[in-house]
Amino acid sequence: MNERSVLTDLAVQFALLSLMSIGGIIAVVPEMHSAVVETHNWMSSTDFVTLFALAQAAPGPNVIVVTLIGWKVAGALGALVATVAVSTPSFLIAYTASRFWSHFNALDWYRLFERGIAPVTIGLILSSGLLLTNVATNSWSSLIVSALTVASLLRWANSPLIALGCAALAGLAGFV
Amino acid sequence: MTIEVQEDRPVRTVALSELFLAFAGISIMGFGGVLPWVRWMIVERRRWMNEEEFINALSLCQLLPGGNVMNISVYVGERFGGLPGAVAALAGLLLAPCLIVIGLGGLFQAYGHLPAVQGMFRGVSATAAGLILGMGLRMAWRYRRDVRALPVLAATIVAMAWFKLPLLVILATILPVSLIIVWTTRQR
Repeated sequence: MNERSVLTDLAVQFALLSLMSIGGIIAVVPEMHSAVVETHNWMSSTDFVTLFALAQAAPGPNVIVVTLIGWKVAGALGALVATVAVSTPSFLIAYTASRFWSHFNALDWYRLFERGIAPVTIGLILSSGLLLTNVATNSWSSLIVSALTVASLLRWANSPLIALGCAALAGLAGFV
Repeated sequence: MTIEVQEDRPVRTVALSELFLAFAGISIMGFGGVLPWVRWMIVERRRWMNEEEFINALSLCQLLPGGNVMNISVYVGERFGGLPGAVAALAGLLLAPCLIVIGLGGLFQAYGHLPAVQGMFRGVSATAAGLILGMGLRMAWRYRRDVRALPVLAATIVAMAWFKLPLLVILATILPVSLIIVWTTRQR
């Protein structure tokens, strides 16, 4: 496969994902996983989850996981193509919405729509969580780390940075 | 339910550099959740919008495809700087995080073969996965007594996580059903 076709695949794949990402980037993680790992064979499941974790550990919006995937697949140009592809469709939609709807105060309508969309979005986010956990927990110790993270988030709503830091230290010390 | 036109849409514009820098600042502060910082920057620090306008904008942006924060940046950029403003705001939001994450990727590629680093990433991956699962559970908890939402939520998980149906199929079937349920049971 030559380089140009890889870049084309990246562009098409992430532009499509952008259009389907109602509920945000986290909601399309299972779809992204199946495209990146199964359809295109760009990387292993474990690599995908590692890149996802790297992007979560970095500052910025969740969409930077796409930048990282593009970089891994086709270097700096791949990162650029993937980022532009995932940004452009949603950019055009948000731009149009702001241009033509921002002077409407339609909060009641938004709330109604949100009540319809939210259960689907939450179902997709939980599916993302299940997929990531399934790949990331290949040992008892990593299963314990995931379980502790879920428990601490539900109990204290603490900053994710604390959990990530603790797990990184535990892993560095050889416990995971 | 009425749609009323706001008469006070501000005509003032904001410099492109200011839009770029504001969202660049937000992006760097955004460890694990950028949204609270977006509200702080737009409503409190720069006073570009009041609370009500911001909630209206955010509610709309959450319905649109794409990341919420990306959409907010485009929305705000457009309102105060037209098309160049939208581009400047989105570029500000993405530029620094993209460079940082590629830098981290480079570090991982260089040192990822070391056992200690591999251990670290097993820990971080398991945590990142747990964070998404925990976030989903927290969001679902709010709907635990909602008899309209729970079947939709369960059906989505079964379709996506169990049967691994394409997302497009789910968005074309379960989503319209959910919207119809909400629409037909709405309180007037």
